[in-house]
Amino acid sequence: MSVADFAFYAFAIVAVIAALLVVTARNPVHSVLWLILTFLSSAGLFVLMGAEFIAMLLMIVYIGAVAVLFLFVVMMLDIDFAALKAEMTRYFPLASLVGVVILMQLALLYGAWGQAENASALRMAPTPDMAEIHNTRALGLIIYDQYLLVFQLSGLILLVAMIGAIVLTMRHRTGVKRQDVTQQMWRDPAKAMELKDVKPGQGL
Amino acid sequence: MVGLEHYLTVAATLFVIGIFGIFLNRKNVIVILMSVELILLSVNINLVAFSSQLGDLVGQVFTMFVLTVAAAEAAIGLAILVTFFRNRGTIDVEDVNVMKG
Repeated sequence: MSVADFAFYAFAIVAVIAALLVVTARNPVHSVLWLILTFLSSAGLFVLMGAEFIAMLLMIVYIGAVAVLFLFVVMMLDIDFAALKAEMTRYFPLASLVGVVILMQLALLYGAWGQAENASALRMAPTPDMAEIHNTRALGLIIYDQYLLVFQLSGLILLVAMIGAIVLTMRHRTGVKRQDVTQQMWRDPAKAMELKDVKPGQGL
Repeated sequence: MVGLEHYLTVAATLFVIGIFGIFLNRKNVIVILMSVELILLSVNINLVAFSSQLGDLVGQVFTMFVLTVAAAEAAIGLAILVTFFRNRGTIDVEDVNVMKG
């Protein structure tokens, strides 16, 4: 067994076990941490497949953004997770049944799967030689050329998601004192202070 | 020698684990969202495996777009979750029936 094979089996087994622990962990914080391990192992698998850019993207986007977002939300919400987990044994038979059925369907596909004879001729963008152009550069040449519209649309999706998340979670509280800049600027010094002439022997 | 089939097997396993998780955690929306992330990850592994085996870079390009959509979905899903928890004080899926006609 070569080093690459050993690395594949190590990453694959860790990814699968961590994924199982994501869905069965008692504490959602642990779930998120196992999810991070799954993403890390998958990034290793991507490197083994020669997709370094996607692997790095997985680390930055999934681990750096998505998993941390999950962690924030899990820690922010004050929920009794033990009560939620108590129901888990009730759903276990149904979940296993669905899982086994889908696994068998995928296994059926596994045997009856073939590749078209002219598949290599139908390629849209054949991978250039690794020694000539590395993965990131080759991807950039395609994305900013052939797939520019889709690339910009994905940027638009992110913008809409960002605005949507802000709109959904923003709330205006009443009775909170805020700074009003225009009011501060239009403040009249003459009216700001009032001088009282206090006569001796008398109060205000 | 590790080939395409090995990667497809890993992707299929992750996919099934994701669906298993959705059914197992019927009460907990956060873990359901994590299961959806697992399913999208398995799709990404499939795309990259075929891309690497066929020598076609487009698979990796579309992996990027799936990644983008997954990030957007997680952000929106968690925002809805936070709003729902603020209004109802629970994240039980079975309580989500406000919009029932």
